[in-house]
Amino acid sequence: MSPATAQSRFAETPAVRRKLRQEAIAKWIFCGMAAAMVVPLVLIVGYLVVRAAPSLNLEFLLEVPKRGMTEGGIWPAFVGTLYLVFLSLAVSAPIGILAAVYLNEYAGDNWFNRVINLAVINLAGVPSIVHALFGLGAFVYAARFGYSIISASLTLAIMTLPVIIASTRESLASVPRTFREACWNVGATRWQTIRSVVLPNSISGILTGVILQVSRAAGETAPVMFTGVVFFKAVERGDLFPYYLDEQCMALSMHLYTISTQVPGVKESIPFATAVVLLGLVVIVNATAISLRVYLRSRKKW
Amino acid sequence: MTAAENHIEVRDLRLSYGLKEVIHGISFGIRRHEILGVIGPAQSGKTSLLRCINRTIDFTPDTHVSGTIEVDGEDVRKVRSVYALRRKIGMVAPLPVGLPLSIYDNVAFAPRSAGLHRRADLDAIVEQCLRQAALWDEVKDRLESLGTKLSGGQQQRLTIARALSHQPEILCLDEFSIAIDPVTTMRIEDVLKELRKHMTIILVTNLTQQARRLADRTMFMWKGEIVELDTTEVIFGENPKDQRTRDYVEGIFG
Repeated sequence: MSPATAQSRFAETPAVRRKLRQEAIAKWIFCGMAAAMVVPLVLIVGYLVVRAAPSLNLEFLLEVPKRGMTEGGIWPAFVGTLYLVFLSLAVSAPIGILAAVYLNEYAGDNWFNRVINLAVINLAGVPSIVHALFGLGAFVYAARFGYSIISASLTLAIMTLPVIIASTRESLASVPRTFREACWNVGATRWQTIRSVVLPNSISGILTGVILQVSRAAGETAPVMFTGVVFFKAVERGDLFPYYLDEQCMALSMHLYTISTQVPGVKESIPFATAVVLLGLVVIVNATAISLRVYLRSRKKW
Repeated sequence: MTAAENHIEVRDLRLSYGLKEVIHGISFGIRRHEILGVIGPAQSGKTSLLRCINRTIDFTPDTHVSGTIEVDGEDVRKVRSVYALRRKIGMVAPLPVGLPLSIYDNVAFAPRSAGLHRRADLDAIVEQCLRQAALWDEVKDRLESLGTKLSGGQQQRLTIARALSHQPEILCLDEFSIAIDPVTTMRIEDVLKELRKHMTIILVTNLTQQARRLADRTMFMWKGEIVELDTTEVIFGENPKDQRTRDYVEGIFG
């Protein structure tokens, strides 16, 4: 074959050149959009850290607020947030995971399960302020828990529950159906199948979904403000167990709101430092979730 | 042999998914310790038939089954424990399914879920089943490695070992060879010839020649009905009763 024909056989036609041009444009648009995500993150974090710099030290974390909350640290709010987050997840994670197992593994297509599904979906769409009012009515007044950590945690639990159910169902559904059928074929019950094959292979996704709810529970202001979080609570510096569960507490989200808008004369860097702590808490939790997922995935078996 | 002595007796079985009927009232018997070949194009109800026999059809929502299937004279829809029924029936799916467990646990899964936990008993079952499935020599040194990491052909033999692990009396194979190479297929076919001494085998297959090689009797299903059920010699011989059977086995169907 002569060189001329070889060249013409593999030369770009105008159609191919147009295709390649579109491909390049598409790639850059997608890449640009993805990169644009990074900009606000860097700006937010950078701005916060720079403004917060004068107050950012361990002392700020451990110290209690002083002089009518215009100086000092954020320890009571920090511990309060930890209380609320762990208590609410201790309630919503077991209920959510077990409910999701039922919905995904057992539930047939009947009116009862359709009602449950509908409830889960709608609950996920309820704004947090409505959850706050519900928690106020249900836990503070009806259940007589009063304005307390319990009421606030339960309200947060109700709020995170539908999302935990949804994410758990998703990870359960990612286990191939053929695994279940293979187990059923040898005479295993549904529960034996779930315990030995389905759960071990979906646990990474389930845990990730639960942990990601920490950031939501930590960040919400309205639900806890209505049900058990107060402006100020006097506690010892660095005290790990300053609250009883039937008491009110402080929380980072609420504290940030208060010192930013309600208290005059707050030292300028304190609100920013509070925001950095809140953000740092969320980042740490998310990083834990990601590394846990990577670890569990590395043991995934197919 | 009378009908009552058939190992499996199917009478007027009908199955619908929703409003669509896929098996239209079929009746036949399967004799003890025979290999029954089931051939027929896709969508003819072969797999659904197997799922009715071990009642895993129950896991598919919105199905309706009528008629009876008797195993050892007992109606499968009225057995006291469906799990005991399923343990009597080994089932091998078209694509190999290594459970995401170790090779050992794959085979020990069924005995364990039946309540057997003594290590010595489990060891014996695992070795026996892996030997029966012609896999023992290849995996005996790595029983703790993952079943899902085996090659396709090995996984299919692992699937067969698992199907044998609950000591079934009936073995159902659903197109077991579509994902494995001819050499492995021949090895498994040799295994089946050995197994028929102790169990009844239902061999659903798309390879008509496979039915010809192995089956004592062959059933040709088409669109949810039995076109013809006779000895393999007749079905593949000069004079099957139905013209469609001849066309199908000769490859000029349709």
